[in-house]
Amino acid sequence: MGVVCLNFKFFSVFAKHARTSLTENSMGKNTLTKADNPAKTQDEIIAGLADKWRDKKGSLIMALHDVQSHYGYVPRDVARKLAHQLDVPLARIYEVITFYNYFKLTPPGKHRISVCLGTACYLKGAPELIEEIESLLGIKEGQTTSDGMFQLDVVRCLGCCGLAPVMTVNEEDGDKVYAKLSRKQVAEIIAKYSKPGAIEKK
Amino acid sequence: MSKQTIFLLRDTSLTQDNTRDFQILFLKIARDLGVEDSIQAVRASDLGIYDKGYVVKDLNNKITYANIQETDIEKFLKATIKGEGSVDEFKYTADKCQLRIVLRNCGLIDPENIEEYMAQQGYCALAKALTEMTPETVIDEMKKSGLRGRGGAGFPTWMKWSFARNSLDETRFVVCNADEGDPGAYMDRSILEGDPHAVVEGMILAGFAIGAQRGFFYIRAEYPLAIKRIETAIEQAYERGLLGNDILGSGFNFDLEIRLGAGAFVCGEETALIESIEGKRGTPRPRPPFPADKGLWNHPTIINNVETLATVAQIINRGGEWLAAIGTEKSKGTKVFAITGKVKNSGLVEIPMGMTLGEVVFGIAGGVLGGRKLMAVQTGGPSGGVIPLKLIDTKVSYEHLAEVGSIMGSGGLIVMDEDDCMVDIPRFYLRFCVEESCGKCAPCRIGGFQMLKILDRIAEGKGVEADLQQLQRIAKGMQKASLCALGQTAPNPVLSTMKYFPEEYRQHVEDKKCRAGKCTKMVQYTIDQTHCKKCKLCVVNCPVGAISGSREAGYVVDQVKCIKCGTCYEVCKFKAIVRK
Ligand SMILES: Cc1cc2nc3c(=O)[nH]c(=O)nc-3n(C[C@H](O)[C@H](O)[C@H](O)COP(=O)(O)O)c2cc1C
Ligand code: FES
Repeated sequence: MGVVCLNFKFFSVFAKHARTSLTENSMGKNTLTKADNPAKTQDEIIAGLADKWRDKKGSLIMALHDVQSHYGYVPRDVARKLAHQLDVPLARIYEVITFYNYFKLTPPGKHRISVCLGTACYLKGAPELIEEIESLLGIKEGQTTSDGMFQLDVVRCLGCCGLAPVMTVNEEDGDKVYAKLSRKQVAEIIAKYSKPGAIEKK
Repeated sequence: MSKQTIFLLRDTSLTQDNTRDFQILFLKIARDLGVEDSIQAVRASDLGIYDKGYVVKDLNNKITYANIQETDIEKFLKATIKGEGSVDEFKYTADKCQLRIVLRNCGLIDPENIEEYMAQQGYCALAKALTEMTPETVIDEMKKSGLRGRGGAGFPTWMKWSFARNSLDETRFVVCNADEGDPGAYMDRSILEGDPHAVVEGMILAGFAIGAQRGFFYIRAEYPLAIKRIETAIEQAYERGLLGNDILGSGFNFDLEIRLGAGAFVCGEETALIESIEGKRGTPRPRPPFPADKGLWNHPTIINNVETLATVAQIINRGGEWLAAIGTEKSKGTKVFAITGKVKNSGLVEIPMGMTLGEVVFGIAGGVLGGRKLMAVQTGGPSGGVIPLKLIDTKVSYEHLAEVGSIMGSGGLIVMDEDDCMVDIPRFYLRFCVEESCGKCAPCRIGGFQMLKILDRIAEGKGVEADLQQLQRIAKGMQKASLCALGQTAPNPVLSTMKYFPEEYRQHVEDKKCRAGKCTKMVQYTIDQTHCKKCKLCVVNCPVGAISGSREAGYVVDQVKCIKCGTCYEVCKFKAIVRK
């Protein structure tokens, strides 16, 4: 369980539109909140969250960030409990979740591939990379393969445009950045992650 | 002890960072030469130079050397310390054109250590303002400096501040807009990560000037390191009594909090940002009332960009006239740009206003990648325009860029070469705006969608003459009637390309041809038999088996089977594949 939680932490940091810092290779080390003790029950976690944010004006988005950094997405029952605790209608919560790209309603795949489609990467051939991955994995952007192994996200500018085209795949200790990619390399990278135990060894 | 020469070392190669090894070697050679006491070699985390191998900056003499190999160190040290021989060949020249005001500390100080910031005159401006100045004189100084907002619109900062200052409502807020949404730009991230205290100090000064009690950092959640650095900076400022109650014994109280964005471009727009901080969907509000009058929870609020705020402390320190002396008549100071695209040295640069685009692209950035011909540069991201080669001497300033139909924007500068299609690029930007439109107002929601549909049609080779006029008409409607600047400016990339590259649109519509071969539905790949060496590389690599033939008869592409992926074009070593 501990491992899974950790993993989710990293997923959330790197949701849609993620950018990364290359020089510092910082992703994953810095999360938005300290991880809650995994032994806590869901109710306790939500109650803790609600206590933290209840008295702060306009903090619904911050509370949702905490939920997502814990679970990797916003599960429906958590949203319902949060609504109850914060005394806001569930519709308000969903209104916010669905507006912002960062919040997810479904659990993330094991390996999250985020391909940058910012301007620099677009010019340098990112659309072809996406096409290649889509045909290799048989999914469209935003989808997860049926075995839950891969998820393909298209993100906006990872902030390392000098290395375009860029994609990241999340690993235990943060996100791995693959730079200056070609079609061929993409296939190799996916093959690497397809091997059983590929990520655990890292 | 005699004066030491301080060297900053940095591995600027883009794929790995061997700065530490380089430093060890550097120090070892210094020891061997017996000069270790007269130098200090410090690892820098970023010097604003990229892809130039090992870079060494001589801090005492302010000279930067680039592309130094391990084997050159001995020669380098002999020349710089002992004065034997010369190292002029390594001198890095681009630095001369840059002027680092906002980025002055980035890469030089440890951003997580307030002491290092203080050693660079950090928080001196705050002390000066609180002890020697009044809010009015702070605003006056800002007025003298002529600083305009760096977030895009270029509104004079002092004016915004004085609106809030003169409001009757005493509850006021300061917001730092760090929701950098422009794809292909990362100036604000670098400032937040490299010099967070400068922004914090700017926030406190802004708070003092307008008489606010609270400030918010609105940072995109996708910048975890920036968030952490600002968190640390705020914590340290509280510890030192630079935030909180009775700051430096002046009786001024100010608190800072962080709020995170959640991946919505429109939340960079100031009224949408306010909604988002209030915990709602980020949809813009009609203006007026302007935020300086009725912003967060309907109290006067000023919203400033990261770069704007990072300049404030230095203006207070050095006086408004100092900044006013840099730049053009209407645009003062410097601007940070993220140069990307088809350019040799992509990266961050800070230039004084008034430098021409050509000087930036060809001088600092080293020109177009692979020696190809420059087609156009784009500034301002999805809200900006495309500037063709013939206007490359346009000066970088709010007024000059506006004159040619673009905007300064937040600092994205994208270089395009002949391989880029001037119908495809605006289509890319427009798609971005359509996806990011919040949907609140019809001109933006529907207009953007319809424009995109027309562009898609043109790119597929199904465009007709009337489409071009229709594009112009919808664009005008969006510019006039959209609620916020997202919709008002979304047509800009389309309009500017139509203005400067009408021939390209005509080709797409009339001849059904895409010069650059980007509009894949229209291109055809054929094999030029005179260049073909019958190596079969294309046959082997074609993913759909569309290429067939024999050594004797030559090879041909089956146009029905071809999926126009361009693989054959890429793999052919003899340029025998023709893309038309
Ligand atoms: C769609 C849209 C996106 C924007 N994104 C940003 C942004 O990412 N960062 C920013 O500082 N300003 C952004 N702005 C501009 C802000 O609305 C506002 O003008 C700016 O933050 C004011 O600060 P300044 O006066 O210091 O420039 C955006 C505007 C629009 C219309
Ligand atoms: S555009 Fe891809 S990293 Fe910036």
